[in-house]
Amino acid sequence: MADPQTIDQLLVEVPAFEGLDPEYLELIAGCGVNRVVEAGTYLWREGEPADDFFVVRRGRIALEVFSPARGQVVIGTHGPGELVGWSWLFPPYRWQFDGRAAETTHAIVFDGACLRGKCDADQTLGYELMQRFAARMLARLQATRLQLLDVYGHPPSG
Amino acid sequence: MAIPRPDDRAPAAGPMVPQPYRVVRKSRDTADTWTLELEPVDGGRARFRPGQFNMLYAFGTGEVPISISGDPGARGPLVHTVRAVGAATAAVCQAEVGDELGVRGPFGSSWPVSSAEDRDLVIIAGGIGLAPLRPALLAALGRRERFRRLILLYGGRTPEQLLYPEDLDRWGGDGVEVGVTVDTAGDGWNGSVGVVTQLFGGAGLDPARTVAMVCGPEVMMRFAYQGLTSIGVGEADIHISIERNMKCAVTHCGRCQFGPTFACREGPVMRLDEIRPLLEVREL
Repeated sequence: MADPQTIDQLLVEVPAFEGLDPEYLELIAGCGVNRVVEAGTYLWREGEPADDFFVVRRGRIALEVFSPARGQVVIGTHGPGELVGWSWLFPPYRWQFDGRAAETTHAIVFDGACLRGKCDADQTLGYELMQRFAARMLARLQATRLQLLDVYGHPPSG
Repeated sequence: MAIPRPDDRAPAAGPMVPQPYRVVRKSRDTADTWTLELEPVDGGRARFRPGQFNMLYAFGTGEVPISISGDPGARGPLVHTVRAVGAATAAVCQAEVGDELGVRGPFGSSWPVSSAEDRDLVIIAGGIGLAPLRPALLAALGRRERFRRLILLYGGRTPEQLLYPEDLDRWGGDGVEVGVTVDTAGDGWNGSVGVVTQLFGGAGLDPARTVAMVCGPEVMMRFAYQGLTSIGVGEADIHISIERNMKCAVTHCGRCQFGPTFACREGPVMRLDEIRPLLEVREL
């Protein structure tokens, strides 16, 4: 069944775009398409061109890295409402990790070059989006540092 | 001044005298964690409140504070989930069915489960921290109709190190919204990977209705309560379990002194707004 909502209507519910002017939402939505991905499908592989990014609507995307000693390791997952993929923002525009649909996933896929072009043309939009993306990258960085602490690994002896 | 005593329903022998208990059941939870069920050798087990702890004594080795992880409403054995991280906890974990352990307690404050009635009870656990919260969840499930939402958000190191996997499945069917995440996983795991605060968004928490109970490593708890307050949950509605070295469990030794409080008496469960200034003092 066709999704009754347009992409700009869907974006209203995405925290990263909350409160944006409707005209900006429409502009951003022009770079996006809806996509449904079956569980287990790789959306991209490490080293491939990072042409796009994802807003998860339903389901979950896993970021993975291959280690010869441990095989495929899941280093993070992202669910509904979250943005996945930053590599489209900066040269050399290559994916750093693998991305797999951990379950059947409904996402809006954005063309990175399209959105970069619109941000270059309207730097107020570009600044606004960069602030929002940077806040999310900061949260992701802090969460990753907490993961690295391995807080569940070695409690004090007793 | 009254002499501090454990729960007033405890055996009359006094708070410093271990009572002999026998291991009646033992199960392995993870590579280094076991759950022991204990029955008093002489009968007359004390009741407990969710969040309280006992001092478990492995004779000849040492005594350790271990939270009670069973159902406070059940009349069965005393349940303790213990992670072997040192000599005393390893000795407790090595006890086999039929062996005896000394038990003192129960001691300490408890999770204010009733304060979440008519509201959303949000339980946030990290690692072995699910064990002290399990009685709170079981108590709430025993009177499910009094709560709006019951939410359990649980973070662990790996899928293999998650506690009570069967309970997690069952609670999901009993009306608990269960979110589980791990720090790292292989490709056989299709659940969430990331820190426990990452589950907040998907849980759709309603800050005004939330009463949160948090237990885990202190760094994890700090991230959790910062995440809760950042979305508008009041500090008076956030309860955390403080872990400090304990020896006597009745405030005499001072090992667990935490500013003007004692983790064994005012804690282990404390309200965030009452202790937050202390949490920011590194020397404590």
